[in-house]
Amino acid sequence: MSAILSVKGVTKRFGGLTALHEVSLDLTEGEILGIIGPNGAGKTTLFNLIAGAIPSDEGSVTFDGERIDRLAPHAIAGRGLVRTFQIVRPFGGLTVFENVMVGAFLRRSDPQVAEAHARSILERVGLAPLADRQSKGLTLAARKRLELARTLATDPKVLLLDEVLAGLTPTEGIEMVELIRSIRDDGVSLLIIEHVMAAIMALSDRIAVIHHGELLTVGLPTRIAKDPRVVEAYLGKEFQIAPD
Amino acid sequence: MIVRLRQLAAASSRDLLVLLAVVAALALVPLGVSTFTLSVATAALIFALAGIGWNVLSGFAGQFSFGHAAYFGLGAYTVAVTFTRYSISPWLGLVLGGLVAATFGLLTGWISFRFGLKGAYFALATFALAELLRLTFNNFDFVGASIGITIPLAGGDSWGSLQFEDTPALRYFVALGLVALGTLIVIAVTKSRLGSRMLAVREDEDAAASLGINPLRAKLFAIAISGFITALAGGYYAMFLMFVDSDLAFGPSISVLILLRPIIGGVGTIWGPVLGAGILSVLGEVTRSLVRDPPSFLNAIEGVNGLDQVLFGLILVVVIIRAPDGVIGWFRRFRSRSIT
Repeated sequence: MSAILSVKGVTKRFGGLTALHEVSLDLTEGEILGIIGPNGAGKTTLFNLIAGAIPSDEGSVTFDGERIDRLAPHAIAGRGLVRTFQIVRPFGGLTVFENVMVGAFLRRSDPQVAEAHARSILERVGLAPLADRQSKGLTLAARKRLELARTLATDPKVLLLDEVLAGLTPTEGIEMVELIRSIRDDGVSLLIIEHVMAAIMALSDRIAVIHHGELLTVGLPTRIAKDPRVVEAYLGKEFQIAPD
Repeated sequence: MIVRLRQLAAASSRDLLVLLAVVAALALVPLGVSTFTLSVATAALIFALAGIGWNVLSGFAGQFSFGHAAYFGLGAYTVAVTFTRYSISPWLGLVLGGLVAATFGLLTGWISFRFGLKGAYFALATFALAELLRLTFNNFDFVGASIGITIPLAGGDSWGSLQFEDTPALRYFVALGLVALGTLIVIAVTKSRLGSRMLAVREDEDAAASLGINPLRAKLFAIAISGFITALAGGYYAMFLMFVDSDLAFGPSISVLILLRPIIGGVGTIWGPVLGAGILSVLGEVTRSLVRDPPSFLNAIEGVNGLDQVLFGLILVVVIIRAPDGVIGWFRRFRSRSIT
């Protein structure tokens, strides 16, 4: 399996603050790679760099064999690398259905074809009953689902999910984890930022730990959980993975 | 193309039926009214059309324009100049005016959006551009400078030169036809991928870009279509008045007249501009006749100039406070409240 997304030596400075320092990461095709780290470690900055929202100072990002680190966000999304936002941003004035249509139209120009696709996505994420609701009135869990549905409708090759589990109840969290697994089973590779440890440990094939803007280590969840540096930096001494 | 049209017809059959019904109802207006009222109704339709254009850029794509007189005036001058100087049929002049305005919109829009003008700053830029055109045309001899352009009478009814001296109803029907055309364009846009992109950009540009939408492109499409439609209105307005000067074409009050209609009717709705134009012209006529011939207890207002404008202002304030999404939005909220 080859890397579908490859980040090489990216550095980002905000004034005197180095938010990311020479971070390199490979996302293998069909993989779920979790990114963890304390608040302010640079996880979301890394997402913003990959998605083109902010330019990097050094380093390169290669997606599907092509350099994308100087492309505009819409051009990157157009190539099949799509992100969600940490703070969900549904199109508040539009209905749930219209929100998903925006994504569905990316690869379909015929409104009826796009509509059929959007309906099937809504069905899949369980939002079909809310299709005609104004999206600003939705619960947080529904808005997170909507954000995911919208990105799914674009037929992504790689999804960047920024804390889609945060703020969900345990039941909603379990449903979301199931959904993410099913997305991967459809052949989408995922890069996931998450703070909910049990979920990210169970979900990820590998985990990358970012600390103070640097990549601390990458590896299997079981190894990460025992790594003394990770425990020191982030997990805390008492952390243990919940048995499956 | 044919397939596209068929898809469109299938996707928007309800809107098309409403369009048909509205046009049929409005087509009956000339039967029962005086020549004067009919010309008021014609002017109302012309400004409804200008508002339909405004609504594409500012209502659907969310880029608030305070200077749509620029497109209106370019349409008016293009028709007047090509007709009087080159004897080009006003029909062709309307299309040319639309293209000139669309081009102007693309150029100025590209500069404004490229440099990230949004909200109040974009609105101010559009205002400044309209003023720039007004001052330029006011001093440019080729377009009649401050004297303006008087369009010569063709005599009688003439479809070729778009003049209907003998039959005001025809003048009204052409305006109605243009409104139907503008509405048809809007229906087609709202049902298409482009319409979805415009709404997404209006709601959240960054989120739209994250779903593969190029916000600049969506906004440029919007401004070109918007300018084209508003220029049609301006072009026909020149033929309606048989005269154009820089104030009538590019004046700030024209920009306000244009945007008031969709704002009162419902920003970002298909029928908002037409509904708003209807409401405002009825109100305008009522106040005007009140001022002309007030009931005895209101004698003080007899002959007071501009009272209708004051009333417009008051209505706008009430609408913005009570129904920021216009009469259509207010009606929708009322309806959904009574259901639940």
